[in-house]
Amino acid sequence: MSGAFLEVRNLYKSYGGIAATDHVDLDVRQSELHAIIGPNGAGKTTLISQLSGEIDPDGGTIRFDGRDMTRTPAYKRSLLGLARSFQITSLMLDMTVLENVALAVQAHAGHSFRFWRAARKDPALTEPAMAALAAVGLQDRANDVAQAMSHGEHRQLEIAMALATKPVLLLLDEPMAGMGVEESKRMVEILRSLKGEKTMLLIEHDMDAVFALADRISVLVYGRVIATGTPEEIRGDEAVRRAYLGDEVA
Amino acid sequence: MTSLIRTGLPAYVMVAGLAFLALLPLLAEWVDNIFLIDLFMRLMILSIAAVGLNLILGYGGMVSFGHAAYLVIGAYAVGIPAYYDIYDGFLQFAIAIFASAAVALVTGAIALRTKGVYFIMITMAFAQMVYFTFVSIEEYGADDGLTINMRSEFAGLLDIEDNFTLYYFVLVSLIAVLGLVYRIVHSRFGMVISGAKGNERRMQAVGFPTYRYRLVCYVISGAICGYAGALLGNFTNFITPEMGDWVHSGELIFMVVLGGAGSLFGPVLGTAVFILLEEYLSRLTQYWHFPFGAMLILVVIFTRGGINGMFRWLGMKSGIGGRS
Ligand SMILES: Nc1ncnc2c1ncn2[C@@H]1O[C@H](COP(=O)(O)OP(=O)(O)OP(=O)(O)O)[C@@H](O)[C@H]1O
Ligand SMILES: [Mg+2]
Repeated sequence: MSGAFLEVRNLYKSYGGIAATDHVDLDVRQSELHAIIGPNGAGKTTLISQLSGEIDPDGGTIRFDGRDMTRTPAYKRSLLGLARSFQITSLMLDMTVLENVALAVQAHAGHSFRFWRAARKDPALTEPAMAALAAVGLQDRANDVAQAMSHGEHRQLEIAMALATKPVLLLLDEPMAGMGVEESKRMVEILRSLKGEKTMLLIEHDMDAVFALADRISVLVYGRVIATGTPEEIRGDEAVRRAYLGDEVA
Repeated sequence: MTSLIRTGLPAYVMVAGLAFLALLPLLAEWVDNIFLIDLFMRLMILSIAAVGLNLILGYGGMVSFGHAAYLVIGAYAVGIPAYYDIYDGFLQFAIAIFASAAVALVTGAIALRTKGVYFIMITMAFAQMVYFTFVSIEEYGADDGLTINMRSEFAGLLDIEDNFTLYYFVLVSLIAVLGLVYRIVHSRFGMVISGAKGNERRMQAVGFPTYRYRLVCYVISGAICGYAGALLGNFTNFITPEMGDWVHSGELIFMVVLGGAGSLFGPVLGTAVFILLEEYLSRLTQYWHFPFGAMLILVVIFTRGGINGMFRWLGMKSGIGGRS
């Protein structure tokens, strides 16, 4: 066993007989930014959902930091330092931006069976929450209701909530999905600022971003990992060219 | 206005309402209509139950269709000891609260594994089980009910045998429960409950075992209704399992939704409108159910957020709910 930070072995998940995750092996090393690319429907989101504990795999194992987590519930994985962002924005839309992030902080500040003291103005929650918002540039929107924000800001809030849990491993499912050019640039900067500090597994369709940011890349096609390597290796990989990249990468 | 967030109504309306309730017995004597005291006592007791239901329904977003069962449990927690000539109010109320909490814990543990319509059905089914349990106990009168000869005694500290005192006991209870729910929904626990209503998946992803929090919320909600049931037993002096029939669970939901689910005073307002309309419409015509139902439905459809929402709809923006 290689003893990688996140170690996936023989992971399998099928929907109605069709394998969405087809015997996947994956190693994510500590502090690296590992990107997963692959065409639509390749099984990227399904893979992340199994890593985060939202979906149970049909077979295989997931080890995180030396510990078997294959059947650990999602909330516990979060408490162990694993955070995810969602491809389709998933927020508490009727709460304020600050409340959304403060809840993420609260989840990691001991149990919440505290019934008496007001939570909204508790600096133990709001201060770390503001710091996470500042990290993605949303500090000025703190008191706006999440619903009222733009799509790009929702994506940033997704990241802020993940960061607020002080994760050691970030699972990011297409953080730039649906963003404009300027917003994408800003997100690339945010991710770059996190590089080295956090281990990241990044799913992204934006190839410029992926090749600019990733230390290593795995290519997923029809639920199978067909190649893993540095950006240069992946660029030069014949199977990858044939199966996926095509003319996109010169 | 953050301090008023989700209390719903502007402060002066709440204060005026409570002042009115406090002065009502005097008013009733003045207009020589003692019946008013009974009417408002019932209104306040059901308000307490509605406020309790609102915790899981309004703030938690889970439609429990069985909360009348806790009213029955609370009422029998007074009635059964009284049947054995035990009138100790501390004991009776403690039984009411703990028995309701225990039933809520067991049924909630199962019901909360389901969502949506299934949750509605299963809470209703459990409530019917409670109902039929009391119907089947011949010793305590089965469906003929049980007469309570004497009201709860509080070791000489408080005598609620007289309606006047009971009225104020109920009023203080209502204020205390409102205060309790206010603290709970603004606490860390309350934030988890509303977060799980907004997006349970995300709440789990950031590290909350939402099921546990919802279960505790359900238990508190049931215990409050149990307490209301103990008051109801004292008030009516005659209790039947019929009080726990699913129709009454539905009425409780209606009171909450009518007033504005997820606001502090909404359930009180909804209960007041419900009880007063029922009372006065039924005097005007024996066919009162139809206009009554039609009115309620219109309010709910056209003013999302219940009567509380209607105030907003009518342009009474200042200080009402929201977060401005
Ligand atoms: N809950 C489900 N039930 C049935 N099939 C599913 C389910 N979830 C995913 N699938 C199927 O599994 C395959 C992988 O889906 P997945 O969403 O993981 O792909 P993806 O790589 O994230 O795609 P995209 O790039 O479009 O986000 C698809 O064929 C999809 O239709
Ligand atoms: Mg996807």
